[in-house]
Amino acid sequence: MKYLDEYRDAELAQKFAREIHRVTTRPWVIMEVCGGQTHAIVKFGIDELLPKQITLVHGPGCPVCVTPLEIIDKAIEIAARPGVILTSFGDMLRVPGSATDLLSVKARGGDVRIVYSPIDALKVAEQNPTREVVFFGVGFETTAPATAMAVYQAAQRRLQNFSMLISHVLVPPAIEALMSSPDCCVQGFLAAGHVCAVVGYEEYFPLAKKYRVPIVVTGFEPLDILHGVLMTIQQLEDGRAEVENQYARAVRREGNQPAQELVRKVFKIIHRKWRGIGEIPLSGLGLADEFAAFDAEKRFGLTEHHVAEPKECLSGLVLQGLKKPLECPAFGAKCTPEHPLGATMVSSEGACAAYYRYRRREDKEMAGAR
Amino acid sequence: MCLAIPGKIESISGDEPMLRVGRINFGGVFKEASLAYVPEAQVGDYVIVHVGFALSRLDEDEAHKVFEYLKQMDELADLEDITNAKTK
Repeated sequence: MKYLDEYRDAELAQKFAREIHRVTTRPWVIMEVCGGQTHAIVKFGIDELLPKQITLVHGPGCPVCVTPLEIIDKAIEIAARPGVILTSFGDMLRVPGSATDLLSVKARGGDVRIVYSPIDALKVAEQNPTREVVFFGVGFETTAPATAMAVYQAAQRRLQNFSMLISHVLVPPAIEALMSSPDCCVQGFLAAGHVCAVVGYEEYFPLAKKYRVPIVVTGFEPLDILHGVLMTIQQLEDGRAEVENQYARAVRREGNQPAQELVRKVFKIIHRKWRGIGEIPLSGLGLADEFAAFDAEKRFGLTEHHVAEPKECLSGLVLQGLKKPLECPAFGAKCTPEHPLGATMVSSEGACAAYYRYRRREDKEMAGAR
Repeated sequence: MCLAIPGKIESISGDEPMLRVGRINFGGVFKEASLAYVPEAQVGDYVIVHVGFALSRLDEDEAHKVFEYLKQMDELADLEDITNAKTK
């Protein structure tokens, strides 16, 4: 496929790796923010091409992983009600709430459906006028324009039986929260390319300046990631802390203006709790007052409650780059993708799930060989 | 979750900007996507698509730059080899 295969060329990847080895003189810690990048790094073994001094830590950019237990419980509560059709992305169905998950609700007769796009949820609502159809919308800035369009079109068509349970989050406030933590060891960031395709990267300039960190907007293919890592290391070695764009074929500085406009119209910025991290001020999106009629929490009269995370799950530390999945005693034993303790094991983009899929056997073999 | 795939716009239907839909070719697999957010996109353009929405039109010139950069790296390495050989 054009724009995909050529960025997976093994020989060219080796060239980047050699250049990275050549320019690296000191140890550096770089965080890739997006779970899609984490997945690619572990799948293609990109971290294994890098010099030993370079540590890649995995960031919080997996929306499924950071959706708080309380909201998953709310989705489960809605899905269990008679007459409701709950729709969401496939990944959300297996995420454990405090007692059960959406797939189990479905197994017990709840009408829970996987959709590819929020627009498909709108179609389900039009085809089932006597049922309440709810879309459980999670995602970062990349997904917000799609969710916004579904709400906007529902309002245009005056759909009475459609609502949304929203758990949208924003990347820059999360980077700010990570950088302001005293435990933070990250010296450079690969910013998520597709988030920036929507919102651009002007928001990163003040962050790079305030925390003296290079931020490189990076794509998702092996050559993109290696190029992004190289650009970050070059900045670190030169003592620069700038915002650069590796993924210029898809990302413009100002982002996608029509998408930003609709997101601003449909949503407002609110405080959001992130699973494993806690509340981050002004880090999420909620429906704007004009579209409050589509808010499922209000429509179903759901009340706030608080649930504690399972103590043995380290996903909060993994999401902040403070622990690697293999450092968790529950990893691969008590916690597997079939029976996950925390969300980083559930989503295919969660760091724990990526390690489980691509690294577990290797590590066992290495342990056996020792 | 933020997975977005590049594909080529084969045809476009709908006149209203918000309702423009493209038939997108993803390496032989065809799927429709909203073009509401890429009003500038035309048939033959490549776009990246996320959950049914084209989010960005791919810039051909920018796409080539990484390969040009790698080529320059080669040339620099060759030059260094020659210089090293001469100084030896």
